[in-house]
Amino acid sequence: MKIVVTVKQVPDPNGQHRLDADDTIARDGEVVLDPGDECGIEVGLQLKEAHGGEVVLVSMGPERSREAIRRGLSMGADRGLLITSDELSGADALLTATALATAIQPEEPDLVISATESYDGSTGMVPPMLAELLGVPQLTFATKVEVDGETVTVHRQTEGGYQVVEAHGPSLVTVTAGIAEPRYASLKGIMAARSKEVKVLSFEDLGLDSSEPVETVESIEPAEEREAGEVIEDDGNSAVERIMETLQAARVI
Amino acid sequence: MATIWTYAELDSGALAPISLELLACARSMGEVTSIALGPGAGEAAASLGRHGAGRVLLSEDGVYAEYLAEPATDALAALVEKEKPDVLLFGFTPDSREVAGRLAARLGVGLISNALSVELSGDEVRAKVPYFGGAQVATFRANRRPAIILVRPKSYEAEEVGGEAGREPVEVTIGEGSTRARIIETKVEAGEQIKLEDAPVVVSGGRGLGGPENFHLVEELAEALGGASGASRAIVDAGWVPYAMQVGQTGKTVRPGVYIAAGISGAMQHTVGMKSSKLIISINKDAEAPIHKISDLGVVGDALTILPKLTAAVRARTGK
Ligand SMILES: Cc1cc2nc3c(=O)[nH]c(=O)nc-3n(C[C@H](O)[C@H](O)[C@H](O)COP(=O)(O)OP(=O)(O)OC[C@H]3O[C@@H](n4cnc5c(N)ncnc54)[C@H](O)[C@@H]3O)c2cc1C
Ligand SMILES: Nc1ncnc2c1ncn2[C@@H]1O[C@H](COP(=O)(O)O)[C@@H](O)[C@H]1O
Repeated sequence: MKIVVTVKQVPDPNGQHRLDADDTIARDGEVVLDPGDECGIEVGLQLKEAHGGEVVLVSMGPERSREAIRRGLSMGADRGLLITSDELSGADALLTATALATAIQPEEPDLVISATESYDGSTGMVPPMLAELLGVPQLTFATKVEVDGETVTVHRQTEGGYQVVEAHGPSLVTVTAGIAEPRYASLKGIMAARSKEVKVLSFEDLGLDSSEPVETVESIEPAEEREAGEVIEDDGNSAVERIMETLQAARVI
Repeated sequence: MATIWTYAELDSGALAPISLELLACARSMGEVTSIALGPGAGEAAASLGRHGAGRVLLSEDGVYAEYLAEPATDALAALVEKEKPDVLLFGFTPDSREVAGRLAARLGVGLISNALSVELSGDEVRAKVPYFGGAQVATFRANRRPAIILVRPKSYEAEEVGGEAGREPVEVTIGEGSTRARIIETKVEAGEQIKLEDAPVVVSGGRGLGGPENFHLVEELAEALGGASGASRAIVDAGWVPYAMQVGQTGKTVRPGVYIAAGISGAMQHTVGMKSSKLIISINKDAEAPIHKISDLGVVGDALTILPKLTAAVRARTGK
């Protein structure tokens, strides 16, 4: 089966970040392959191991996103597509999904895998848009994915448990962070990745126009912060007493 | 007058709380129509009316509950095409966001997600959205119509205003091409506990508890206080507790009278889901932990020793 995994490069979740002068999230600090997408790659590789086929990584971002693709290739993916353009900073979800769909369509994948939400954008809007633009159903919040012939079955995490959801034929699956432990890239994998193909596509190549944003950022202000209260050191008993007083004052007990 | 539509989310036939919160948001902007799709829509219509919907477009068709996202997208696309509303509000919840995403892509209009508030002035639609992990708030202007906006739960308070909605049936044929992602089975795992979003007290635990074997300390305190227990994403991802307990950006938003955070560092993605609680108490052994900076009472200490003592003290006081 042919599996496409969407991957995004994001600011390192463990690093320090700042905003650029134009209030976009600075991309020149430490960046990594989105940890959620690492899980997506892992699921893709496991399916390939079970059913044969190919895992293709697709990313849209600045030239340095090649590093994110490279990392996935070291894990074992077969090749990559990098959509890059100068106009990308601040691309909205619809433009991102449109670019990804245009690049993915000719691949005619059996399965597309994305993370439920990215670490920086994190609103999870790209995958449903991508599914719509590719004309495939979406099986979302997967904590488990199984493929049997044409049938894809997932356990879809819900508030109170999970649903078993099934589709036949090409589909898009979004995976949760808990679904699988991403493998480490072996030295051999890292060496092999160097000779794997990463094809670069520009907006012009894809026939895309990014001149009319669907939304405009008008202003950015600091969020209202709660005022800090009192911080006390526990010396064995005082803490419990103080918490009890606070709970009583709040009439909880 | 502007026409404002809201998407009423039905969860196993019952109206999701966000659906009524959306009406509190919509009411101030114009004439409100709610769309309710699936079994339970008829009953939902009465409640939607009492909360400010002037009209409800509804269908009791089981297809909307049996398949993910696509049937609802088809229905909404057909209705929008016909009536061209100015604004279409969804809840920023897992189920609604999938429908909203597909619809926005099909209509080619885009959307604004995770909105804290929505405002209409003249014919301009704006929404405020947490930015950069919640440290900042950005104001977005929607450039296309309908303006599709996904509102974060608990951003508005549901309010009964009295009234009865006119009802109109939705007559859209759902094509075979849209009955693809089929829900075969629904499994419920969560226990008996009070709903996290409705609990008067929430006690949450994080990685600082050391391991899943200590989470009972959180549960016992929550129970003694008549509340519910919650969790940080770190321990949900680690598999200590189910996702239903997660508080934060990608989990639940809560607003209890008291929120107690034990062994939670206070990352922005966590605090965005609890910082509107009336009273916040934090227990964290690191004096510099960010959670202490937003709490009314920050205790620098070991959660593993403080929690059981606190539970005992509460039980002694309340006699339970
Ligand atoms: C896109 C995105 C979405 C996210 N969504 C969410 C979300 O919805 N909810 C959420 O919670 N997080 C979310 N996160 C993760 C968030 O950034 C943090 O990683 C997470 O909240 C940390 O969990 P924690 O506080 O339990 O763990 P840690 O950050 O590891 O903190 C553990 C704390 O426990 C303290 N501690 C250790 N031992 C003890 C002890 N014995 N007694 C007392 N204190 C002790 C430590 O000092 C430390 O402060 C999200 C992240 C991203 C990128
Ligand atoms: N620029 C991008 N390039 C590749 N994949 C992306 C991009 N943006 C989003 N995605 C995919 O969609 C998922 C959810 O992203 P988001 O909708 O931004 O929260 C990510 O984890 C990726 O798998």
